[in-house]
Amino acid sequence: MASIKPRVKAPKTASAGEVVSIKTLISHPMESGQRKDKDGATIPRQIINKFTATFNGAMVFACDLEPSVSANPYFEFQMTVPETGVLAFEWVDDDGSIYTDEKTITVA
Amino acid sequence: ASGLPAFATADAAQEAVMAFTGGVAPGEGGVTLTTPEIAENGGTVPVEVAAEGAAAILVLAAGNPSPGVATFHFGPLGVAMASTRIRLARTQDVIAVAKMSDGSFRQASNTVKVTIGGCGG
Repeated sequence: MASIKPRVKAPKTASAGEVVSIKTLISHPMESGQRKDKDGATIPRQIINKFTATFNGAMVFACDLEPSVSANPYFEFQMTVPETGVLAFEWVDDDGSIYTDEKTITVA
Repeated sequence: ASGLPAFATADAAQEAVMAFTGGVAPGEGGVTLTTPEIAENGGTVPVEVAAEGAAAILVLAAGNPSPGVATFHFGPLGVAMASTRIRLARTQDVIAVAKMSDGSFRQASNTVKVTIGGCGG
């Protein structure tokens, strides 16, 4: 498959207790399983079915995805930053592949 | 005609709501669902949901081949809002059901007019 590249926009620094906005995007066709190729055969479903964001190991935001999520799934969510830590992201593909990214947020 | 995907009915969306709530009819209010009134391209429709005090929010598209779109889960550090982009096959209602931390359920729905469907048809 074409290269699948996660992209995340998160602030590098925050003050303790600040609510910050996180934006994520991953390039992925999200093949719905509804489309047919030119010979009339159904193109098999292949989507990202699970997205999780954790901060120092604790779940912050998660999403179960169905085929009705657009190609190149985009999520924006907010979190409270209690302390310096690592925000880790994980996307799970139908074929079992796992794509990850992480960002460190420093509390000054 | 065969070859066209069967569209979900309002009943299928209702069943999906009931499966999420465990049979409880959700109340109104407390959920903010932001969608465009008219989506020119059904392939990528921005949707934002927010419900203060929600542990999870289910998003459904009542007129898609299958009604399920996404289920958001929020941890203790998360804020109960999310925004994403979804596919809508045709003009239809988008439904958001929030599971509140006290175990109750809240629902909101918006109609989105779709000019060009987004499910490959």
